[in-house]
Amino acid sequence: MKQWKNFAKGFIKENPVFILFLGLCPTLGTTGSAINGISMGLATMAVLVMSNVVISVFGKFIPAKVRIPSYIVIIASFVTIVDLLMQAYLNTPGPHGEPSLYDSLGIFIPLIVVNCIVLGRAEAFASKNTVLTSLIDGVGMGLGFSFALFLLGSVRELLGAGSIFGMKFIEGNGILLFVMPPGAFLALGYLIAIMSKIKNQLVNS
Amino acid sequence: MELILIIIGAVFVNNIVLSKFLGICPFIGVSNKVDTAIGMTGAVTFVMVLATLVTYLIQVYILEKLGIEFMQTVSYILIIAALVQLVEIILKKVSPPLYQALGIFLPLITTNCAILGVAILAVQNEFNLVESVIYAFANAVGFGLALVTFSGIREQLELADIPEGMKGVPIAFVIAGILAMAFMGFSNLV
Repeated sequence: MKQWKNFAKGFIKENPVFILFLGLCPTLGTTGSAINGISMGLATMAVLVMSNVVISVFGKFIPAKVRIPSYIVIIASFVTIVDLLMQAYLNTPGPHGEPSLYDSLGIFIPLIVVNCIVLGRAEAFASKNTVLTSLIDGVGMGLGFSFALFLLGSVRELLGAGSIFGMKFIEGNGILLFVMPPGAFLALGYLIAIMSKIKNQLVNS
Repeated sequence: MELILIIIGAVFVNNIVLSKFLGICPFIGVSNKVDTAIGMTGAVTFVMVLATLVTYLIQVYILEKLGIEFMQTVSYILIIAALVQLVEIILKKVSPPLYQALGIFLPLITTNCAILGVAILAVQNEFNLVESVIYAFANAVGFGLALVTFSGIREQLELADIPEGMKGVPIAFVIAGILAMAFMGFSNLV
């Protein structure tokens, strides 16, 4: 039960994007479509889970004074691994010459290293908890982040292109603005307002 | 001419905050007052130009020479973290007034993705040394332009009557969206 709570907190109550406002750059930058959003979320989750596990194992041996640089090096190593893996396996362009997943996420893959969620969980959670708890926390928070990116990506793709995951739901061209930068800010603003209302109702009930 | 294009492109057309989505955390976090926004801009300009200069030299003279470009992320972030610490120590000793003004913003800058992002983008765009430094400076100016404009609007907002649910961060994002729309007007400039 306790572990379930630990796992589930990332979705609504402590959602990194909607409630804690962490990791906003990739949230805005990669959610032009649902598939890009969820891929970015899963890539971040992979780094988060691995760094959480390693830091919870080695946390006790790292002197307090150099802990932040040490965490950053550990995180950067995993980011490099994920970056190289994605470059190798997700780098095929689409059938109609669309950019590959690796290209469309672009600069935001190396930038996972400065994502506040990863360092934040390392510092606030993994360094003080057991391996299993940190692993579950990493998966829960990572899924919560992916969920937020998927939601924002779907809303933007639906309004902007009338489709989700490339499947057409609405005929016509949609409101192009929502696929472009201003739409990211507008959609996220309204989503945050809705999600904090849902969260308040959950807490009160 | 090339350099002017780089500057206009980075400040207006592909503004680092409003069109490339880098540095959103300070953009939302420290934009309540115009004064703090100006302080933050100063610190970011300083570190961004310095970091891009150093990472460019590391890229050309160490990573590319040894053929270990895959170490880019690891080495860049370490350099930036060390650089911020160094700047903090030096400023404290050499110029206490400047340290007073920028000091509180410096630790925040290590995890500012704009710094690492610009350093990586400068290498990806295959700029030479002068172009890289100009590019970094122009991006810092673009960051400052967006941040100061935004904080000016947010100061006015304190007097406005905003619906309960939209107060705070949500309305800030809506304003950022409208600001980004305004910046889209520059899109055919270059």
